[in-house]
Amino acid sequence: MAKSMPEMEEYKYGFRDEHKAIFQSGKGLTPEIVRTISEMKGEPEFMLNFRLKSLEQFNKMPMPQWGGNMDDLDFNDIQYYVKPSEKQGKTWEEVPAEIKETFDKLGIPEAEQKFLAGVSAQYESEVVYHSMQEDLAKQGVIFTDTDTALREHPELFQEYFGTVIPPADNKFAALNSAVWSGGSFIYVPKGVQCEIPLQAYFRINSENMGQFERTLIIADEGSFVHYVEGCTAPVYSTNSLHSAVVEIIVKKDARVRYTTIQNWAPNIYNLVTKRAVAEENATMEWVDGNIGSKLTMKYPAVVLKGRGAKGMVLSIAVAGKGQHQDAGAKMIHLAPDTTSTIVSKSISKHGGKVTYRGLASFGRNSEGSKANIKCDTLILDNESTSDTIPYNEIMNDNITLEHEATVSKVSEDQLFYLMSRGLTEDEATQMIVMGFIEPFTKELPMEYAVEMNRLIKFEMEGSIG
Amino acid sequence: MSTQFIINDLKASVEGKEILKGINLEIKGGEIHAIMGPNGTGKSTLASALMGHPKYEVTDGTAHLNGEDILEMEVDERARAGMFLAMQYPSEITGVTNADFLRSAINARREEGNEISLIKFIRQMEGKMKELEMNPEFAHRYLNEGFSGGEKKRNEILQMMLLDPKLVILDEIDSGLDIDALRIVSNGVNAMRSEDRGFLVITHYQRLLNYIKPDFVHVMMQGRIVKSGGPELAERLENEGYDWVKEELGIVDETVGQA
Repeated sequence: MAKSMPEMEEYKYGFRDEHKAIFQSGKGLTPEIVRTISEMKGEPEFMLNFRLKSLEQFNKMPMPQWGGNMDDLDFNDIQYYVKPSEKQGKTWEEVPAEIKETFDKLGIPEAEQKFLAGVSAQYESEVVYHSMQEDLAKQGVIFTDTDTALREHPELFQEYFGTVIPPADNKFAALNSAVWSGGSFIYVPKGVQCEIPLQAYFRINSENMGQFERTLIIADEGSFVHYVEGCTAPVYSTNSLHSAVVEIIVKKDARVRYTTIQNWAPNIYNLVTKRAVAEENATMEWVDGNIGSKLTMKYPAVVLKGRGAKGMVLSIAVAGKGQHQDAGAKMIHLAPDTTSTIVSKSISKHGGKVTYRGLASFGRNSEGSKANIKCDTLILDNESTSDTIPYNEIMNDNITLEHEATVSKVSEDQLFYLMSRGLTEDEATQMIVMGFIEPFTKELPMEYAVEMNRLIKFEMEGSIG
Repeated sequence: MSTQFIINDLKASVEGKEILKGINLEIKGGEIHAIMGPNGTGKSTLASALMGHPKYEVTDGTAHLNGEDILEMEVDERARAGMFLAMQYPSEITGVTNADFLRSAINARREEGNEISLIKFIRQMEGKMKELEMNPEFAHRYLNEGFSGGEKKRNEILQMMLLDPKLVILDEIDSGLDIDALRIVSNGVNAMRSEDRGFLVITHYQRLLNYIKPDFVHVMMQGRIVKSGGPELAERLENEGYDWVKEELGIVDETVGQA
């Protein structure tokens, strides 16, 4: 009767393939390495200077004294740049067989066959595969990797790059700014509605390698785009660092939705800065799923800069054995009549730790603005923990702030009820957990919802008993 | 094989306090047994202990369903062996639709690779929901969330109908039901009467037994079955209350607490 169940410690996507990089930077971080990266990419002078200044900034800034434990993180033990192959594949056939195999395991071709508007799959630091549907191109939408964007659209690039998250924003943004590589660049012209989500698949493959992608999205007035990225990474014994920066500019009346599911191996430090600026009547929505990693620190932010701007963060975090999810959201209300919604769902199990850390800030001009924050935590056993740390800054009397937090355990009666209908304890637990995160799952595109449910099932197997 | 369910000297405690003090009962396929009794006499404890609620600790006795001791089994194994408990207070599970839950429960009884097809499932579910006069939208509502008392009870009967159990325990299925709902729920139960299915109906009120005609009626007091008889026993209890039983047996306080 008993179905075979994988061990919790076994990581599902923990395969790795033979890997031949064209260039590896070696470990450690020096100005020489930064110069080499910039030179190999054939970058203009301004970018080299930007990188070098950022490196200085990084070296000046102390490690954050809040959030998670980063004692095991050794910046000198990380490889900052790996270039996997000579050129980027234009079609699936052109992608090197070995890399393709990895993607096959991740199910990329199927995804491609479905509604893909463009696939920009990141293999290590370089985008090796990239395609785009013709009608998007016709509409003037630019969807490319960030390195290519720097070469081919320098004016757009320079106008917006680093404006939402300057290098000095925080130590990890400075690090990313110094060594960034890859990521997605999207520009949607005025009034253009991208009907189909744009997707990218990221993957870390090289041991000790940091992945520092840099994503920049500009949605011009009245436009709409939904960008989706999913992430899986193989198991490694030593610590690996992922430190991305995502900047988004949502112009007047435009709407951007950014959906991420990250399923990191248990040794990854995932320290990401994500921020959007929403102008007048613009809408920014972050849908953010964090599973695995050793430590995740991630607080997607929306700066509500124009009157009537709207921001939403809908997130889930799952922390298992030895894992800490320090995640949340920031909403910065700078203009009148702005609204924000934060829905955070966290699950901790097997001694995992989840922290909701959120900021709701109302500036002097935020007259008539509203924020609604809801944090729910589900704790699956007695060793696991959760914390809720909300920060509020209020400079205007005429605002509304609602905060609701719940912490619950899977109840004995619920388990009994489901089991009395024939579900095993694991199946019953899974069902309760899936129900708990349903507000998140239902916002995902179909294939990601399926993937998400599969991941959660896998994560929950053997959770109890 | 006709169903046979035999409870032998069942004792159970809650938080160290003994509630069931030796229950003996035999139910054959096709039979409906009613357990009646005032509040606090252990009726619902019997239902929960038989299904295996973790709060109730069985300290002695056996309960065999077709030769298998279900008390040795986990809750889910009991369910798959054919036990079904329609609960007095069904749990609410947010985010899980009734339909998804029902399909998972049906598939839990089937071998992997032999899951019920979606079309067949929907046809079955919709058919049974119609019998129970349930609004089709309940298929897509979250499991019991925001259901009224009567809707929850109907939903319990819907599950019973779809899961096709061998031994059904109805724990105060009539509480909170108006006359129409009581009629619908009872029709559902009566439609399930068959030679290979036994019923244990727990109720305060004789009213339910006008709709679901029992073959045997048992009175529970002080954690034991103190009197058994045919349907006429229920009628007498309805007319005269429980005092005559207490007098006959010399019981002052019928609840478990003072025993």
